[in-house]
Amino acid sequence: MSNQSPKRIIPIKLERKTSLSADDQKAVHDSCARLKALPGALLPILHDVQSALGFVPKDAVVIIAHELNLSRAEIHGVISFYHYFRTEKPGRHVVQLCRAEACQSVGAVALEAYAKRTLGIDFHGTTADGAVTLEAVYCLGNCALGPSAMVDGRLQGRVSPERFDALIAAARQPS
Amino acid sequence: MSITKIFVSGDAAARGVGADETAAAIMALAETRGIGIQLVRNGSRGMLWLEPLIEVETAMGRVAYGPVASGEVASLFESGFITGGAHRLAHGLTAEIPFLKNQERLTFARVGLTDPQSLQDYLQHGGNRGLAAALKMQPADIIKCVTDSGLRGRGGAAFPAGIKWKTVLGASGAQKYIVCNADEGDSGTFSDRMLMEGDPFVLIEGMTIAGLATGATRGYIYLRCEYPDAHRALNAAIATAYSNHYLGADIQGSGRQFELEVRLGAGAYICGEETSLLESLEGKRGEIRFKPPLPAIEGLFGMPTVINNVITLASVPIILDRGAEFYRTFGMGRSRGTLPLQLAGNIKYGGLIEKAFGLTLRQVLYDFGGGALSGRPIRAVQVGGPLGAYMPESQFDTPLDYETFAALKAMLGHGGMVVFDDSVDMAAQARYAMEFCTIESCGKCTPCRIGSVRGVEVIDRLCAGESPAKQEVLLRDLCETMIHGSLCAMGGLTPYPVISALNHFPEDFTA
Ligand SMILES: Cc1cc2nc3c(=O)[nH]c(=O)nc-3n(C[C@H](O)[C@H](O)[C@H](O)COP(=O)(O)O)c2cc1C
Ligand code: SF4
Ligand code: FES
Repeated sequence: MSNQSPKRIIPIKLERKTSLSADDQKAVHDSCARLKALPGALLPILHDVQSALGFVPKDAVVIIAHELNLSRAEIHGVISFYHYFRTEKPGRHVVQLCRAEACQSVGAVALEAYAKRTLGIDFHGTTADGAVTLEAVYCLGNCALGPSAMVDGRLQGRVSPERFDALIAAARQPS
Repeated sequence: MSITKIFVSGDAAARGVGADETAAAIMALAETRGIGIQLVRNGSRGMLWLEPLIEVETAMGRVAYGPVASGEVASLFESGFITGGAHRLAHGLTAEIPFLKNQERLTFARVGLTDPQSLQDYLQHGGNRGLAAALKMQPADIIKCVTDSGLRGRGGAAFPAGIKWKTVLGASGAQKYIVCNADEGDSGTFSDRMLMEGDPFVLIEGMTIAGLATGATRGYIYLRCEYPDAHRALNAAIATAYSNHYLGADIQGSGRQFELEVRLGAGAYICGEETSLLESLEGKRGEIRFKPPLPAIEGLFGMPTVINNVITLASVPIILDRGAEFYRTFGMGRSRGTLPLQLAGNIKYGGLIEKAFGLTLRQVLYDFGGGALSGRPIRAVQVGGPLGAYMPESQFDTPLDYETFAALKAMLGHGGMVVFDDSVDMAAQARYAMEFCTIESCGKCTPCRIGSVRGVEVIDRLCAGESPAKQEVLLRDLCETMIHGSLCAMGGLTPYPVISALNHFPEDFTA
């Protein structure tokens, strides 16, 4: 074989362009470094990244894939399977409304309609001011004190439209 | 100065209606008034309509006040609640409140009574006696005790716990696992959550005993991520257990090992199914595995694995402590022991009721529950989660027993009961059951994935009055296909709420 191949060699670029800030990249690398030795490490890593960044950006997937020696498609497959993981940046506050039966029996359907109307968004949407992302959830284990919601990881019971307004107003307060 | 012990629940449900604010108000007012108190954030007593519940320790026992919003705290001080004084919100001694007094609390014996994070409290209230007994027994004898107690899985399928353990003991593998199913995805249920928050050490103890019985040295608690309070409670208790040698390489000087870790789910209902859960624990999509092999033979990472519900595992310590005979004496038929029921939805007195099997639905709904919250008649109750049947008034005298429910094409499942008053639209509930299946199906088999989408469409057409007789035949056919053609109970049981609604409430399925 001749070593004077006419083919042009295209160098492989190791540095990918990323949309992540240096801090965010570091956070993702840190999560991987800390957790990747665990058996079944992918879910713990995804949780860790989402709790640090609020979501799992697609450029984080590139890093995780590399660290775990998995394909990006495999990781996407996992992310898309689970309702909890999101790939878009959420608002400053995440409000999850329970849609399940016990909450339905005490007005969850009406509350859901009220929430969507007053916020002007559907589930998975974020208000125009970037303050609130609305999500659906199927039971929060608060079924005797519904309708239930979770605001930034904090459970709320007996959520009437008035209480919903108060929770949103409190979330919107600059802290 | 004497110090008065005051209890305000730290349970998520109590916090969700203001328990933190109430607790803070008590601390602040006690300080300004120069009253010495010790505030304990206990688990919830399970009388959820009384939350935030305050209990004051007096010479006669604990006195209850509730529900106490933070704004009411000042008036409690005025009334001298520190010594159990009379007040509009007073209920006398907590233990004498009929809702609590009429229960038989075995698994939940300590929940609400103790400080959930205090190992000392745990030990003083009978904790770790089951473990101490198990440490002196041979694995086969531990399993015999669990088998003889009649304990069946509380996660839904009611499979005898001892038989599962025996299979794992007999299986060989380099590493065996104990996996606790804490996914508690069923709507209308919260007993797992209350137990993990209110008495986490009992779950650790139960899992450790399961490890001793089967030779498993590693355990995982697969916890749904919707339960951040339980996550904190478990992690803190596990850390305490490690530092006091109730977990780790040498449990209480026995030379026996058990390691335990919490893993979070990510909002997929199907991951409560055991094989899906194992996939998820391995870091994959939660798709159902074909059975066989059983998880007991080839489970987590291909190794022999016990997988049990939180309540199943948390019931083991008292069985080892008090003996199989003691536990067996509770219950009826082949349903032995107690079931922690969760009374939920449109109900006046909702909460956790632990009772021996055999009481009737009507007793639960009216004697404990006091009827619908709205004051209207109760029209339907969904028992056993989103895959459970809707039961009409004519079935309210059914005793709570696995076999009796199965004979009615209903199921007790994890013991959740969701109450609906007469304003409910049962066609909408049937439609929701199908919709839920479209959202949560793992997608592996067609009857479930596609059938549920068709189900929603057919119900819509039926209710719109488009040749209804034909649609009803179609819907029933579709349900048969889902029941018989689905790989797991997600697709296989979704028809139960649908068909029960259609059979018992046909008048709602008209245009
Ligand atoms: C769709 C589906 C969801 C389930 N969800 C749960 C659950 O959230 N928690 C649970 O303990 N069992 C759940 N199960 C039952 C488990 O598959 C399994 O039977 C149980 O974990 C075994 O434990 P046990 O014998 O102690 O009940 C579910 C089953 C199915 C089909
Ligand atoms: S019945 Fe549904 S959830 Fe179960 S394996 Fe089939 S598609 Fe998956
Ligand atoms: S059904 Fe809404 S919290 Fe359980």
